[in-house]
Formats: sequence, C-alpha cells, structure tokens
Amino acid sequence: MNKTTIYGIFDDEEVLLSSVKEIRSNEIHIKEVYSPFPVHGLDHALGIKETRMAITAFIYGCIGLTFGIALIYYIMISGIYKSWPMNIGGKPNWTLYHNLPAFVPVLFELTVLFAGHLMSITFFIRCGLFPGNPEVSPDPRTTDDKFLMEIEVDGDISKVKKMLTKTGATEINLKE
Amino acid sequence: MFTIDNKAKKFTFILMAIGLVSLIFGFVTDYLHYQEDPKYHFTTWPAILFNTYFYLGIALFAVFFVALQYVAEAGWSIVLKRVPEAIMGALPAFSIIMLIIAVTAILHLWGNHIYHWLADGITDPKNVKGAEGAKYPYYDEIIAGKEAYLNAPFFIIRTIIYLIGWIYFAKKLRSLSILEDKLGGTSIHSKAVRSSAWFMVFFAVTGSMAAWDWIMSIDTHWFSTLFGWYVFAEWCAIGFTTVYLVTLYLKNKGYLEHVNNSHIHDLGKFIFAFSLVWTYMWFSQFMLIWYAHIPEEVAYYVDRIDVKNYRFLFWFSMSINFLFPIILLMSRDAKRNHKRLVFVSAVILIGHWLNSYLLVTPGTLKTHGHIGFTEIGIGLGFAGLLIYLTLNSLTKQPLEPKNHPFLDESKHLHT
Repeated sequence: MNKTTIYGIFDDEEVLLSSVKEIRSNEIHIKEVYSPFPVHGLDHALGIKETRMAITAFIYGCIGLTFGIALIYYIMISGIYKSWPMNIGGKPNWTLYHNLPAFVPVLFELTVLFAGHLMSITFFIRCGLFPGNPEVSPDPRTTDDKFLMEIEVDGDISKVKKMLTKTGATEINLKE
Repeated sequence: MFTIDNKAKKFTFILMAIGLVSLIFGFVTDYLHYQEDPKYHFTTWPAILFNTYFYLGIALFAVFFVALQYVAEAGWSIVLKRVPEAIMGALPAFSIIMLIIAVTAILHLWGNHIYHWLADGITDPKNVKGAEGAKYPYYDEIIAGKEAYLNAPFFIIRTIIYLIGWIYFAKKLRSLSILEDKLGGTSIHSKAVRSSAWFMVFFAVTGSMAAWDWIMSIDTHWFSTLFGWYVFAEWCAIGFTTVYLVTLYLKNKGYLEHVNNSHIHDLGKFIFAFSLVWTYMWFSQFMLIWYAHIPEEVAYYVDRIDVKNYRFLFWFSMSINFLFPIILLMSRDAKRNHKRLVFVSAVILIGHWLNSYLLVTPGTLKTHGHIGFTEIGIGLGFAGLLIYLTLNSLTKQPLEPKNHPFLDESKHLHT
C-alpha cells in the first residue's frame, strides 16, 4: 500500500477549527495545517506542544544583560588598566555599583535588543523561513484566502475523504 | 442582586471604628504636644492627606477604568463593569475629605499646616528676617515667584473644580449604565462613549494638576514635570488591584458567574503592566535628577534618602512594588493563579501605601515623621470606608449589565 497525502481545503477558519476538532476526535492524525493568518485556538485544537519560545526569550535576555554589563564595565569603568575611565556628570567612576542608575537604560535596551532579535531569528530558523528556502506550503492559495489541512494516510483513504467533506472542506486533492 | 452579609458589614464597621479612634487619638496627642511646644507640627493632617490621596486615587481610577472601556470600545470587561462602577461610589466621600483638608489648610484650622506656601507673609517681600514686625516663616523668593498659581483662592477653586468634575462624570456614567439596563439599544452606549471621551480630556488635565496641587506643592521649591504621570501610574496600579480584589471577593461569594479565568488573566496583565509603568516613571524621575545633580532638584531625594526615618522605606517600597509583580506575575499561568495574584496584590497595595506616605510626610514633617498608630489606623479606617461604600453601591443594581452591546463578547472572552 502506498502512503497517500490528502489535502483538504477550507474557506473559513471557524469551519476549519471545528473540522480539526472532529477529525482529531476520530483518531486521525493531522500532519499540518496551513493558513494565511494565525487562527485563534488552532494550536490547542491540533494538540501542538506548548511553545518554548518564552524560555529562549529568557535565555537571550540574560545573554543581552551579561553582554551589556561587560560592555559598560569595559567602556565606562575599567578600560585597559583604567586608562580612560569616563567621568560624566560628576559621577563617581570607580565602581559599576555606584554608577548603576546611569547604566540601567543601556542594560535594559541591550536586554530587549538581544531577546527580540534572537527570538525572531530563532523563529525563522525553526519555521524554515530564510532566503533560498524551498516553498513548504503545498498550495499557494494558503497565502491568500484558503486554509489547507494535510493528512497522511496509510491505506484506505475513503474514510478520511468522507470526514473532510462532511466537516466542510470545499475541495479535496490527493498526492500519491 | 448582591447583599452585604453580616460578616462583611461587621468587618468594615470595625475598620471604620479603628479609623475614627486613631483619628481622635492623633488629634489629641497632637494637641497635647502643641500645648507644650507651639512650633510643633500636627502629624495627623499629613496622615489624613496621604491616605486620602491613596483611596481617592482608587475611587477616581474606577471612573477612569469605566471611561476607558467606553472610549476604547473594549468588550472584555463588561461582565465585571459593575465592580469599578461600584468603587466609583466611594468618590464623593473621599472628595469631601479632600475638600476638608484643602479648606482647613487655607484657613490654618486645627493645626493644618501641610502646605508651606500657604503660610502668612511668605510671599511678602517686606517680611524678611530682622525687619520690623517680621515673623517666621520669612519671605521666600521662590514661593513668591509661584504665587500666580500657588495661592489660596485659586487653590481652593481648582480643588473644587476637580472634585465636582470627577463626581459629575462618575454619576453620569453610572446613571447611563443603569438607564441602559432599562431601555436597551445602542443610543445610550454612544452617549456614554461621548461622556467618557470628555471625561478623558478633563481627567488628563485635572489628574495631573491635582497631583501637582495636592502632593507636589508640599515640596514647594521642587518640581518634576513627570509627577502627574507618576501619580497616574500609581493610581492605575492600586486601582486595578482593587478592581481585581473586589471581583474575586464577589466571585468567591458565588456572584459574577460569567467572569472566567480569561477576565482574571486580563486584570492580572494590567496589574503587572501598571506596576512596571509605575517603576518606569519612578526610575525616569529618579535617574535624571540623580544624573544631573542640580541642588534644587536633588533636595527632594535628599529629604527621603538621607533621612534615617525614610531611607529604608524609600528603597523598600520601590523594590517590592517592582520586584514582586515582575518576578511572580511574569508568566501566563501566574496571572490565572488566584493565590499568587492575591499575594502580589496585597504586596503592591502595601508598597504603594508606603510610597504615598513618602510622597507627603518628608515634605511636611521633615525628619520627624514616622509610621505609627495614627497613620495605620487612618489607613485602615479609610479602607473600611472604601469597602463599605463599594459593597453598598453593589447592592443597588444587578451585578451584570443587561443590555450592553458588548455583553455577549465579554461572556465569551477567551484568551
């Protein structure tokens, strides 16, 4: 028996959502869903694991903060053998601790910069979104106004086809 | 319909009794001290002022909350809309207390010398040290320069305008909400949107000005252009906390059946966000003054940091107001966890109460202020008053608006 991939195409995200719930409750595995915009509650309905992006954000933020402290310490406090300590605004310039209030904006911005940029890069890598990457979506209409459900079936496809039609798919395509 | 049970009634009455006792206690001890030493400053008035600032802020924030929902056409909050509407019910009472403070300050009645710039002869150029008939406090050039704004008649007129304006809008929004229950349709909603927009304009100006007049003018020589926002952020933080706590109380009593975890999550987000906004304002004000190091600006922080009585509280209140929300309320689950939210709410209410104390006391009592029976007692008494008035106005109307256009959206809120 060949492995067949079935593409069910939907017009409406509400119909798609209820269809996903229905099909999953019949113990059919949905491989992937493609949609032109994020559908609220779809990740939950598909049973996708909770994202770990928050943890990476925390780690990247810590990296940014550490980088910021090192940077500011080198530039403003130590220099090479304290050759050029900065004395701005009449502040004491002997320790990081004494000058800390002045550095808080810098540290904050670097934390946010690192967390934001590295998170975006992580997201692009995980989704395979980078220049030169081949098209992933099986149907270009999913970038416009259609929703596509991808199901891989071993063997009899009629049951899945019937389920898809019943739950509101407007179009069903097959790929051997 | 909500009814106050005996336990809650007893609790609030006990709180109010504590408040009354400590008020009398405060005035009697102040008077006895004053008999011994005519230069003695009454400590009860600053205690009343900072507590009024705190609780009036909560009641005023409730009006802002309701107006904000209308202006933003927000749907999520409708099922708990009657909670801030009820908190608005405490506005007139605290306005009267504020008015009493302002009037007695102007007339120097009962030892009320909170506002230094109101002292007799302080703007009179002839009243200098050593001159004939001169008496303390002497002529102060800086205060004299601010006389066009900081003078007794204008001060009382402004205070009355703020208070009457706020109460007017509170009553208007409340009555429109009740009328909507009876009539239905969308015409009342658009009327309420219009009133809310006007309130926003009015509040944007008067909220800041009230902060300058009542709080910032205590340290007359000092000024901060950020001060209005700082006070606004504080009112928002404590206001959202109060809305949350009242909602939770009603929910635990079995009311507000449509309030689900998503509503609590949204309130948690606001508590988190405005705690951080407050810290942002606090730090923005502090950092610039610290960095520039200009004597006339730094004096404000010197009065707080270099005085033994306040140093600990100054850093302590700021730290708990920042660290507890940011550490404990960061994650999504934490904002849906009642135990944690209640804990953080309690912490930041105490933290902001201490911060209110620090806004008023160092400027009025200089190095002699301390938190004692009077301060805490009046705080508890006012809390009792606020809770009682809130619960009392909750009993007047059904706890859920009937015909609000966004009611259905709010019932199905899911985040």
